[in-house]
Amino acid sequence: MVLAIHGQAARRAEGALRIDCTVNGQSRSIDGVWEGESLLYVLRERFGLFGSKNACEQGECGSCSVYLDGKLVCACLVLGGQANGRDVVTIEGVDGAAVQQAFVDAGAVQCGFCTPGLIVAAHDLLRRLPHPTDAQIREALAGNICRCTGYGKIIAAVHMAAT
Amino acid sequence: MEFFQPSSWTEALEIKAAHPDATPIAGGTDVMVEINLDHGRPSSILDLTRVRELTEWGMDDGMLRVGAGVTYARLIDELGDRMPGLAMASRTVGSPQIRNRGTVGGNLGTASPAGDAHPPLLASDALVEVASTSGSRRVSIHDFFTGPKRNAMRKDELIAAFLVEPAGGAQQFSKVGTRNAMVIAVCSFALALDPARRRVRTGIGSAGPTPLRASEAERFIEGVLEEENLWDRRTDVTESALKRFGELVAMASRPIDDVRGTAAYRRQALAVLARRCFAWAWSSPSMGRRPAGPKGP
Repeated sequence: MVLAIHGQAARRAEGALRIDCTVNGQSRSIDGVWEGESLLYVLRERFGLFGSKNACEQGECGSCSVYLDGKLVCACLVLGGQANGRDVVTIEGVDGAAVQQAFVDAGAVQCGFCTPGLIVAAHDLLRRLPHPTDAQIREALAGNICRCTGYGKIIAAVHMAAT
Repeated sequence: MEFFQPSSWTEALEIKAAHPDATPIAGGTDVMVEINLDHGRPSSILDLTRVRELTEWGMDDGMLRVGAGVTYARLIDELGDRMPGLAMASRTVGSPQIRNRGTVGGNLGTASPAGDAHPPLLASDALVEVASTSGSRRVSIHDFFTGPKRNAMRKDELIAAFLVEPAGGAQQFSKVGTRNAMVIAVCSFALALDPARRRVRTGIGSAGPTPLRASEAERFIEGVLEEENLWDRRTDVTESALKRFGELVAMASRPIDDVRGTAAYRRQALAVLARRCFAWAWSSPSMGRRPAGPKGP
């Protein structure tokens, strides 16, 4: 069987780009980055931060949600070079203990693949709206897909984290 | 692959002139998908996120001039009152993550028939300001889309901004998809009422090779409103007139069967969307009538 490997994963050639940015409060620099490389690839494969997950590579699933200059974004849709001089916060650096504990307590984690992205997205919601309604939670988490389909408990977890 | 990161608009235009094949990138919601999935590999990339001029908006001779790099999230927050139709469409774009990055400039550059910003821009008679080192020009949105993912830009040009008049009356937008979020439109419809000029404007999305305008539907309903003096009386438009308006909008579309829906479904849905959008807009508080709930007729 031949597995189709495409896009960022198929990338082999080194590039000539240098990126200097802040990741989770620390200054990070990297040389030889391929110019088409996504911030997600840089975070995982070059900085060894594997919390942000790589799934759809098209902004559909939210598994790679991170903060870029304080804005919630999909790291797969940010070009590595666009992060130059910017401030990146990943799941590893998010002050999300309360949200994480609520996900555990509510049973909102099944296979766990979507969890880091959901924690970051829920964290972003709760800092804007400390007591969101069901509808506001659904709207805020609409870009994060859980293929175990455990949405009921995820929404319950966000309510728990909000109290 | 070359990577350019200009810090000013002048520098960006110079790079585009020297490298006309360079692919501009802003929010990356289209360009990065191409690269990540290996659908295409640009020879060079021109990152526009450092160009401050593109992120600004302001008034320009009575029109709102909005930089091509203003994100959907900012458009909703900062301009929702002055361009309600475009704000409604912006709220249906992707997810919070996508709205924090995606821009109307990117939507226009990609020029997909399904781009959510396009129908409200058509309904607002928007202008697209494009520029090169030899100067800038403003293209009517009605002349901007030339084919599927094709627009009227030259290879040395970049999109600077779009311009619309602040809304003079009610605007509406409606879109059909399988979910409320993360949906490429099966079809969409935008409407703008302009009581001062007694004009109705429309935009159809995802139901033709380009975004389209339903000119005949506009003329028909303007005729009805004029004939029955409804702009002054502000009473209800008859069911039969609304139905005919919807039919004419559907007839203006040129849909195909594809993975998201059939041509027949799109026509059917557009007739419903158009009829509802008109009824919602006509009964909205901004048209000087008592508020009505968002229920379709």
